[in-house]
Amino acid sequence: MAKKPDARPNVSKEDLLKYYREMLLIRRFEEKAGQLYGMGLIGGFCHLYIGQEAVVVGLEAAAKEGDKRITSYRDHGHMLACGMDPKGVMAELTGRIGGYSKGKGGSMHMFSKEKHFYGGHGIVGAQVPLGAGLAFADKYLGNDNVTFTYFGDGAANQGQVYETYNMAELWALPVIFVIENNGYAMGTSVKRSTKSTTYFGRGLAYGIAGEQVDGMDVLAVKAAGEKAVAHCRAGKGPYILEMMTYRYRGHSMSDPAKYRTREEVEKIRTEKDCIEHVRDLLTQGGLASDEELKAIDKEIKATVNEAAEFSKESPEPPLEELWTDIYA
Amino acid sequence: MATQILMPALSPTMEEGTLAKWLVKEGDVVKSGQILAEIETDKATMEFEAVDEGIVGKLLVAEGTAGVAVNTPIAVMVEEGESADVAPAPAAAPPAAETAAPVAAPVAVAAAVAAPAPVQAVKGWPHADLPEGPTKTMTVREALREAMAEEMRADPTVFLMGEEVGEYQGAYKISQGLLDEFGARRVVDTPITEIGFAGIATGASWGGLKPIVEFMTFNFAMQAMDHIINSAAKTLYMSGGQMGSPMVFRGPNGAAARVGAQHSQDYAAWYAAIPGLRVCMPYSAADAKGLLKSAIRDPNPVIFLENEILYGRTFEVPTDPEFIVPFGKASILREGTDVTLVSFGIGCAHALAAAEELAKDGISAEVINLRTLRPIDYDTVLTSVMKTNRCVTVEEGFPVGSIGDHIASTIMQKAFDYLDAPVITCTGKDVPMPYAANLEKFALITPAEVVTAVKSVCYR
Repeated sequence: MAKKPDARPNVSKEDLLKYYREMLLIRRFEEKAGQLYGMGLIGGFCHLYIGQEAVVVGLEAAAKEGDKRITSYRDHGHMLACGMDPKGVMAELTGRIGGYSKGKGGSMHMFSKEKHFYGGHGIVGAQVPLGAGLAFADKYLGNDNVTFTYFGDGAANQGQVYETYNMAELWALPVIFVIENNGYAMGTSVKRSTKSTTYFGRGLAYGIAGEQVDGMDVLAVKAAGEKAVAHCRAGKGPYILEMMTYRYRGHSMSDPAKYRTREEVEKIRTEKDCIEHVRDLLTQGGLASDEELKAIDKEIKATVNEAAEFSKESPEPPLEELWTDIYA
Repeated sequence: MATQILMPALSPTMEEGTLAKWLVKEGDVVKSGQILAEIETDKATMEFEAVDEGIVGKLLVAEGTAGVAVNTPIAVMVEEGESADVAPAPAAAPPAAETAAPVAAPVAVAAAVAAPAPVQAVKGWPHADLPEGPTKTMTVREALREAMAEEMRADPTVFLMGEEVGEYQGAYKISQGLLDEFGARRVVDTPITEIGFAGIATGASWGGLKPIVEFMTFNFAMQAMDHIINSAAKTLYMSGGQMGSPMVFRGPNGAAARVGAQHSQDYAAWYAAIPGLRVCMPYSAADAKGLLKSAIRDPNPVIFLENEILYGRTFEVPTDPEFIVPFGKASILREGTDVTLVSFGIGCAHALAAAEELAKDGISAEVINLRTLRPIDYDTVLTSVMKTNRCVTVEEGFPVGSIGDHIASTIMQKAFDYLDAPVITCTGKDVPMPYAANLEKFALITPAEVVTAVKSVCYR
């Protein structure tokens, strides 16, 4: 049973339905990706975002046009949340010409300049200075855009994260560092990685304000995101949001996740699931009927099936593509 | 007893300097640690202290004198009641060239052949590849600075970032004056944090800017390698052509002098191996200026490998502000008929010195300066080899997987029937750079080794 909301939050039905729809799209998309992987249509590494949907959906609700986002290899959710086409994302996973990178990037390396999504990075922690660099450009160019720079609790132990904190605060860069703390860096739990387990607090050493947020609650995420965005847009420099979240699946498709108990996963799923949380808010608050939500479920399923079909039908890249896009 | 004060070496590569100002006069009593003079190197003005106490007997070099070689006697110190005239004659001092040379031995050899005076252009230059039109004499350092300043004036999205590039005016003074002209927004001093600022610069290049990243030396770029290779070089491809990294990573590369294994390495072959990067390695000031302007304008990430020892060398550079050197176009530094010497960067100095030496033996060497290592101008190399039928490559880097290996392999595949002898690759030795002067000299490629290799392929 999902956690009951304490009080009816000050949020419109439309917004709740939007969050519900977006989170559900990510979950159904990822389930389908898992299925396609099992069928051999997706190869290599594939890191699913199931369980963490509220983080990206809540933060996108706090963003405006022009804001940028960059993340690690667990990136499908971020792309869908910022409005990238599920067909293009799925076709990239299957390595087809219809994919965002024409099949040359794969699950971990996708970009959309149009949606200001700057990847998709396969080297743990590398996206952190890159994100600060996007913010550097915005500050240099004199606009009020912010960059959401996502990384995990695993990346939070990389040295370049702290080099970046130092410069981001020194130069007051408009960057929001979003630590998606899902408790495990691949198979190593937070407790086995560090004695300093409140990651946002490490920013204090560099003078960066931050806070821990219930990353399973999309409304809490949005509220924190708005606060962070306001801080950045006001020219006060970076802000750190540590999202306490959880991934239900293994690190990647090949990870049996033996480092945690089935009970631990089940407990979070039943008590903290972000989608169930919004569903409860909608139904128990009398904002939406079961029929209404079922219609959305059906619609999302159709969108995901359409993406899957596209990803199978889109041709493999022609061999000439091997030699293109190396130099501009 | 009277002792001589010699012109000091105030940096690893200093061979001469300007005696800017005397802070003592003849007859002054000085204590150890007292500042005697201000000496200008090509990088900075340094204070020069007395080691022992004594009386200034005679000032041998007037203040304001430029081009004073390291180890030249500049003053005589005497004890009380002693005359300065009894001091040993200057000729008794260690010969300046010999004492200064070991720290940069191979270069000193080339310099001795080619550039005895600082303002004299290297012999054999300008060459046919310089465009028609007026030129001016300038150092590689000035050429690099001018290229950056011109491009920064032309394009407001170009900015310079790195350690000590701003207020310190550049660790090697390449960025001198840029902070004054362009301000701190565009000349950005960073903390010592190579992977961090390389990543930030790469991100900035995706965000609409054209960063020039100065590494104090390329040895420190090892810390930033992940962003250079994985982030900057590969993103255009990984994004299906949506976004590239228009940026330049530049700084001194290769051996300086007596700075040991961790500060003396030529990375040319490393970077040249990476698709997505462009790699430049200038030799002359004209190369430096023309290539750096091309690099800043190029929409791809460019590795720009400079050389500390070449920074102070002077060459002729076209005055036309639109003078650029295109990528993938080698220059022929010297025409010849008997053997092709293929080199780049400081290797060209060794190749030219060897060619001069070979000419005395009646061997006519053609010297090709590749200028860019990605792309490589294979046509110019192959055309030359088809003419001379012999080839020796010259570079400072390690022998395994060298640029020379790649050139030799290409010649074998494309011009095998034209070869009258195997290609010999002259490289640095297969050892970490030693500190000891004699060992360092032995580790580096020298013109003499090039001469020997050429004689071998000429069966002489």
